[in-house]
Amino acid sequence: MSETQTLRQWLLTDTPSSRRHAKLSALYQGWLSFRSNTMAMIGLWILILLVLVAFAAPLIAPHDPFVQSLGNRLAPLGTEDHVLGTDSLGRDILSRLIYGARITLYIVALVALIAPVAGLLVGTVAGYVGGWTDTVLMRITDIFLAFPRLVLALAFVAALGAGIENAVLAISLTAWPPYARIARAETLTIRSSDYISAIKLQGAGPLRIITKHIWPLCISSLIVRVTLDMAGIILAAAGLGFLGLGAQPPSPEWGAMISEGRRFILDHWWVATMPGLAIFTVSLAFNLLGDGLRDVLDPKAGE
Amino acid sequence: MALAEDNNKRRPSRAPFSERAWPAVATTLKTLGSIAVTLVGLLFITFIIGRVMPIDPVLAIVGERASQSTYDAVYEQLGLDKPLIVQFLYYLWDVIHLDFGTSLLNARPVSEDIARVFPATLELATLGIIIGVTLGVPLGVLAAVRKGSWIDQVARVVALVGYSMPIFWLGLMGLLIFYGILGWVGGPGRVGIFYVDVVPSVTGLILIDAALDGNWDVFKNAFSHIILPASLLGYFSLAYISRMTRSFMLEQLSAEYITTARVKGMSEWNVVWRHAFNNIRVQLITVIALSYATLLEGSVLTEIIFSWPGIGSYITTALLSADMNAVLGGTVVVGLVFILLNIFSDLLYKVFDPRAK
Repeated sequence: MSETQTLRQWLLTDTPSSRRHAKLSALYQGWLSFRSNTMAMIGLWILILLVLVAFAAPLIAPHDPFVQSLGNRLAPLGTEDHVLGTDSLGRDILSRLIYGARITLYIVALVALIAPVAGLLVGTVAGYVGGWTDTVLMRITDIFLAFPRLVLALAFVAALGAGIENAVLAISLTAWPPYARIARAETLTIRSSDYISAIKLQGAGPLRIITKHIWPLCISSLIVRVTLDMAGIILAAAGLGFLGLGAQPPSPEWGAMISEGRRFILDHWWVATMPGLAIFTVSLAFNLLGDGLRDVLDPKAGE
Repeated sequence: MALAEDNNKRRPSRAPFSERAWPAVATTLKTLGSIAVTLVGLLFITFIIGRVMPIDPVLAIVGERASQSTYDAVYEQLGLDKPLIVQFLYYLWDVIHLDFGTSLLNARPVSEDIARVFPATLELATLGIIIGVTLGVPLGVLAAVRKGSWIDQVARVVALVGYSMPIFWLGLMGLLIFYGILGWVGGPGRVGIFYVDVVPSVTGLILIDAALDGNWDVFKNAFSHIILPASLLGYFSLAYISRMTRSFMLEQLSAEYITTARVKGMSEWNVVWRHAFNNIRVQLITVIALSYATLLEGSVLTEIIFSWPGIGSYITTALLSADMNAVLGGTVVVGLVFILLNIFSDLLYKVFDPRAK
């Protein structure tokens, strides 16, 4: 106990002894202020739970999500052995939801990797190089921004063919422009600062300046934006799944499950209701977490 | 591109002169140029999407058993032997003349189909935005005035839920509760089966057509069908509009002129609505225009849930049957409307807000 006490003091010191010390200290203080935000902590816990459920799916799912049992189809909530009932093919809804968490995480993780990285590349290059490159890149960004996102994603999936990977690509293609804008704005303010001139005089090339000195400074605003975007990404993926353009059956993707349950909505409401609740909970969690992160990392952007 | 480049070339030589004499002309030219570039960019994207489609447009026309010479003839007729850039120019030419090709499904011109389905979407989105504005703006103002009170908390939760809810799922739940269980509203579709085509279609907007015709039975029935999907869309725009209204109002209410007005003994009502609210009107209108644009496209999923025969249903149905002309035509139209509304809100901002100059 006394050791954690000293660790805490070490982290909260006013006089950090090294660069790493200062960094850790700043991180810890950020965490402390984040922790005091109850809603954000709830969001964080939901997401941790989601990750655990996704990883442990084979261990905790009561049934195989693909095994059909036509004799036991559309069993209501609270049926013995099927807490959340079964769908039109007699598959256990709870197990499908648990496995569906994997798909949701997979989509979110991929989009969260592709879109910000693409945006970061475009934005920093445009901001640093300037001139014609800037004009052309930003025009392209504006065109993509001006496009209605869902319709663009629809058209892309139509061209590429339905499927999870193509849905991820389509969502990423519609999601990168805001990141490019943010990264460019950050780059423009950083570019003219003294320390960039200093390392230029030391002989650093543009590549080194962008990757080592500009990117690290863009990261925190991008992280906030990514977290806030996650909810939208989940909703978009679920929407594509619902339209039959995302994950294909029998995959237990939540949006596709709603679409399946839609046919029985009036008589067997739980089939479509449960996956919807799952989508809602997860995207709510991302929104809560994003709000909290924004307050910590970027206090000005809040109220 | 040609239009935009032309404009770009002209700008530098004009700039010094126009700065003195016609700043408005320079700005207008610049805006027109950027609109043109954006529109051409939009068409380029849809063109590329159409090209990378795994569907062979020639096969779709001639069928699989056509001879090679027929195939080649159609191939040439469609201009597919020309370079890509020439094909794109052809495509631009067609689109400018509102020619999106013929639908593979019903062999009718896509533009006619779109003209038929678009009013349905327009009607839905318009009613949606009306609901969103009439509820969202007062909610946002109240939340700002009583910051931290229970009403602020309610507004916060309402917005948060709106941001996190899958719209198609909420639509299903709405149908289940208000149609399936309570029976308060009409089910899917625009009107009940007995009222289809009863009133002559003048505007394509059933509510207005029924009112013009004086047929209040149809009006009532159509209203019972539209109210649920429109409220749904209204709720999603409400979430955004109320948040934005709140933050605009907070900014104004903390300004010094508000304190002055209060010190002068002005009533709270006048302070809030006459002073603070007056100053956020321009910002608010741009937010509403953006929100309206999002509703027009965001209605895709809602239309499917409610079997609403609008452009969202049209695109999706076409998509599932690989009717590419219809998909691209629909995408272009939705994109155009979206961009134009965006530009409109930008312009509004520039015209009415002196700070933006």
